[in-house]
Amino acid sequence: MRAIQYAAPSTVEDAVAILAEHGSDARMLAGGTDLIVQVREDARDTGVFVDAKKIPELMELSVNADGSTTLGAAVPCHQLYNDAHFTATYPAVTDAARIIGSTGIQGRASVGGNLCNSGPAGDTIPPLIVHSAVCNIAGPDGERTVAVEDFCTAPGRNVLADGELLVSLTLPKPPAGSGSHYLRFIPRNEMDIAVVGAGAWLQLDGETITAARTGLGAVAPTPLFVQAAGDALVGMTADEDAFAVAADIARDAASPIDDMRGTIAHRKQLSYVLTQRALRGAKARAQGGSPTNGH
Amino acid sequence: MTAGNGAYRVVGTRPVRHDGVDKVTGRARYGVDANMPGMVWGKVLRSPHARARIRGIDTSRAEAAGQVLAVVTGDDFPDPGAGEAEANESGMQSLRYMAERVIARGRVTYEGQVIAAVAAASVHEAEEAISLIDVDYEVLPPVLDVRESMQDDAPVILDDLHTETGGVFDDNPSNIAKHFIFEEGDVEAGYAAADLVMERSYSTAMVHQGYIEPHNALAYWNQDGHLIVESSSQGHFGIRDELATMLEHPKSKIRVLPAEIGGGFGGKTTVYLEPLAAVLSRKIGRPVKMTMNRTEVLIGTGPAPGAFMTVKMGVTNEGKITAVNVDLAFEAGGYPGSAVSAGCLCCIGPFDIENFRVDGYDVVVNKPKSHAYRAPGAPQAEFAVDALIDEICEELDMDPLEFRRLNASKEGDLRVDGTRFHPIGNIETIDAAVATDHWQSELGESTGTKRRGRGVASGYWLNGGGKSSAVARLNGDGTVTLLEGSMDIGGTRTSIAMQLAEFLGIPIEDVDPIVPDTDSIAFTGVTGGSRVTYATGWAAIEAAEDLKDQMVEGLADYWDVPAESISFDAGVFSQNGTSLNFTEAAAALQEDGLEVVGKATASPNAAGNTFAIHIADVEVDTETGKVDVLRYTALQDAGTAIYPPYVEGQMEGGVAQGVGWALNEEYVYSPDGRMLNASFLDYRMPTSLDLPMIETVIVEVPNPGHPYGVRGVGEVPIVPPLAAMANAISNAIGVRIRDLPASPREVQAAVANSA
Ligand SMILES: Cc1cc2nc3c(=O)[nH]c(=O)nc-3n(C[C@H](O)[C@H](O)[C@H](O)COP(=O)(O)OP(=O)(O)OC[C@H]3O[C@@H](n4cnc5c(N)ncnc54)[C@H](O)[C@@H]3O)c2cc1C
Repeated sequence: MRAIQYAAPSTVEDAVAILAEHGSDARMLAGGTDLIVQVREDARDTGVFVDAKKIPELMELSVNADGSTTLGAAVPCHQLYNDAHFTATYPAVTDAARIIGSTGIQGRASVGGNLCNSGPAGDTIPPLIVHSAVCNIAGPDGERTVAVEDFCTAPGRNVLADGELLVSLTLPKPPAGSGSHYLRFIPRNEMDIAVVGAGAWLQLDGETITAARTGLGAVAPTPLFVQAAGDALVGMTADEDAFAVAADIARDAASPIDDMRGTIAHRKQLSYVLTQRALRGAKARAQGGSPTNGH
Repeated sequence: MTAGNGAYRVVGTRPVRHDGVDKVTGRARYGVDANMPGMVWGKVLRSPHARARIRGIDTSRAEAAGQVLAVVTGDDFPDPGAGEAEANESGMQSLRYMAERVIARGRVTYEGQVIAAVAAASVHEAEEAISLIDVDYEVLPPVLDVRESMQDDAPVILDDLHTETGGVFDDNPSNIAKHFIFEEGDVEAGYAAADLVMERSYSTAMVHQGYIEPHNALAYWNQDGHLIVESSSQGHFGIRDELATMLEHPKSKIRVLPAEIGGGFGGKTTVYLEPLAAVLSRKIGRPVKMTMNRTEVLIGTGPAPGAFMTVKMGVTNEGKITAVNVDLAFEAGGYPGSAVSAGCLCCIGPFDIENFRVDGYDVVVNKPKSHAYRAPGAPQAEFAVDALIDEICEELDMDPLEFRRLNASKEGDLRVDGTRFHPIGNIETIDAAVATDHWQSELGESTGTKRRGRGVASGYWLNGGGKSSAVARLNGDGTVTLLEGSMDIGGTRTSIAMQLAEFLGIPIEDVDPIVPDTDSIAFTGVTGGSRVTYATGWAAIEAAEDLKDQMVEGLADYWDVPAESISFDAGVFSQNGTSLNFTEAAAALQEDGLEVVGKATASPNAAGNTFAIHIADVEVDTETGKVDVLRYTALQDAGTAIYPPYVEGQMEGGVAQGVGWALNEEYVYSPDGRMLNASFLDYRMPTSLDLPMIETVIVEVPNPGHPYGVRGVGEVPIVPPLAAMANAISNAIGVRIRDLPASPREVQAAVANSA
């Protein structure tokens, strides 16, 4: 480890300027639960740490006039599950916020950091995808927006160019009669990394599915938006047969690797099972209940 | 010395432990807390290759770097020659292999082997400096699996290693270091008398002890040539003696200071960093401190061997075992010396079998040199035997505890080494298991894809004795300062002090136990082999007796009566109607100017063997392969439980580690021999959320070979969990699990393949 610089800008503009000046040697520092670990383990060489936590826009959590929510990139997980409105509105995201690391980690770890770290197994990413979240990005050339499902490009890589940072996420207001759920499979019961993660969001009219989105983590180089599974569900009755159809599509969409955390066969199987369970949970929530099956 | 009558005042109580306050307030000094003025930091360069020849090491760039104070390689150490030395818990070991395990000489036999060490003013500078050392490796293909390594055409890992069988060495070099054979009776006749003969193969992975505290060492030299070392270990005398051997420096000029230890489980019974810190320090004349990070601990220290095992057993229709063959092949790692011999001695310990043959193979592979891990060798070996027994019970439709009771070994039965059991508590433990609420209660319904299963398994461990020392000094206020030579693991200070207090009839609060350095007490063996409460406790009792005898002598002067007329009972000295309690006697003797110091070095060798039964209930999610432990009960014969909470703690800890061994722990390697999961993220030990409340039942069948009936307790509880878990999972899913760990992907695959 070498000597490092630390900057704590208070505006997005200043942050962009520092990032632009130092190029790839600079990185944003939110909770640091990925970044500091990676630098200490020599997995990443970073010379300039740009603290996100002094910039108001990055620490904001608010409901907009149209009912959508702005989630600042550096807002830590614990703030989400302690926020009754957020938890009720985006339950799949809080499902993820609750299982990242431990209580201690959740005091620092942010959703923005989880997304920008762009790990295939990042737990908040499938939930953001199923909630149709959009990234608000600022950079030397101004601002732009990117859908979360288009944000990650490869393990540890994303669309951010040198000088760009993630300011916040916009989560649209879910329509009435909808619900979501995220769950993951880990070999232990805590402090582990997803072998597979699955998120689902459903909108129901009575027992009929009127809209659906599902997403998978840890089964491809980036978290996956499994659009075909959601599309197939539209118009179907929300029952086990329908969920099995979607789960089959999810299993086919998964293109996992064999590694020490899971075999291809196991991850394919888990893609099926977890999608099915996430859909059951989403349905329960859409109907005002709560998910009953664990992982 | 007289045996206790079983009516104890201190033994069996639950006092506040002496080390408790310091530990919970963070004041206790662990190895890494040692610092010295002028101290600098050492770091090591480790081989990235699992098998290689070292053509050359060029340290010039590192030495030229401004911040670097010293660089050492194997050349800076004495040539180890061809001799052998006693290695703690591992029997005799080649000096050359011991030396190479500390720092390589010309060859690499595992990833993580130390190539060179540097000292610099800061850790970061030392880390930078190791990247400036250039090593010219001739990289060779590694041998990673014990079966592969035993093939005739396998690459030879150590060209100076020849298979030894019964003292005879093979001419050709081989990866099989040693072949052990234990045989009694007539196995073939046994099979002929059997109604059912079953043979199965089993495997377990290489696993680590997983102690919280990484290795550390601080070394410095005095001007008179005294080397002083502070490190966290399971025995400072062992560290001293190994240092003396490796540095060719007199033991009398090495002092090793004790430290609190953050877990060892056998893995801290040998040197890793100590010789490196000592040689760096000698070179630059300043104290050198070294610590490992977790990855270094996993790749660079001594995990437990992976094993491949085959068991064949004959039984009658009534369930009586008629004969058994056990074949154990253990992965010693990059140098010989796995725990396979202890595995051989333990594998059929719980069973009375007249006809047996046990073969053990100690095999080198290109993985870290294995070292002791809690009941070394027994968990693997007994897993194979107990898992086969479960299959046999299923085939015979017989209750597995009834089977164990029918075949239980007892006093006078044959042991694997050909000797006979002393009084043991095997049957009592089985009976206690049958009586538990757990065994008597229903398993509960399996629902849908969640299948429940129950498994039981036995455990057996030898336990050790050997040399221990204690010194008891009487204070004027009637308290006793107890110096004892055993590094305290699991609270042994208190268990030893309780035995002294029991003998002297004083409250445990009046004893202050201290573990001093190697110059301040006589030799005491390693804290291992479940020997401390037994052997060091024995030394403390003898020291107490010496102290009491001296007090009687002193009081004879004080009262001016013959010593023989003074009696001592429950802490009270009496003669002819007058008496002094312990405190009064101490005050009287101090007034007389008498200093009373009792001392003893004991070497007891009748540690009682110990037995365990574990019962596990699991629920398997057949869709994911996840195993949840619903209920777990551990029973064992402790002889006499000196301090019951410590016994329970050992039982719970053994279960936690054993469940980890069964479910998720394993060294995962790339084909080129690099460990892929060298962190606690991917080397998965159980967390508190992965275990239920563990129920413990202490059975007490006193060991006649100890004044208060102590047997060792620390090791046997890690033996049964492997088979208990595998049997429970098999029972749940209806498919046999014969290879551990039973990780979710393996369990799910087993379910899928059987469908
Ligand atoms: C013990 C432990 C357990 C963990 N468990 C889990 C788990 O269960 N599930 C899981 O998904 N993760 C887990 N993690 C990983 C990590 O905690 C999460 O990914 C977390 O959400 C990262 O957030 P952070 O705020 O700490 O990010 P940081 O570490 O601060 O940043 C992460 C990355 O994002 C970049 N970045 C941060 N903010 C911005 C921004 N505004 N604009 C551009 N780039 C930015 C950083 O430069 C860095 O590259 C664990 C980590 C630890 C140490």
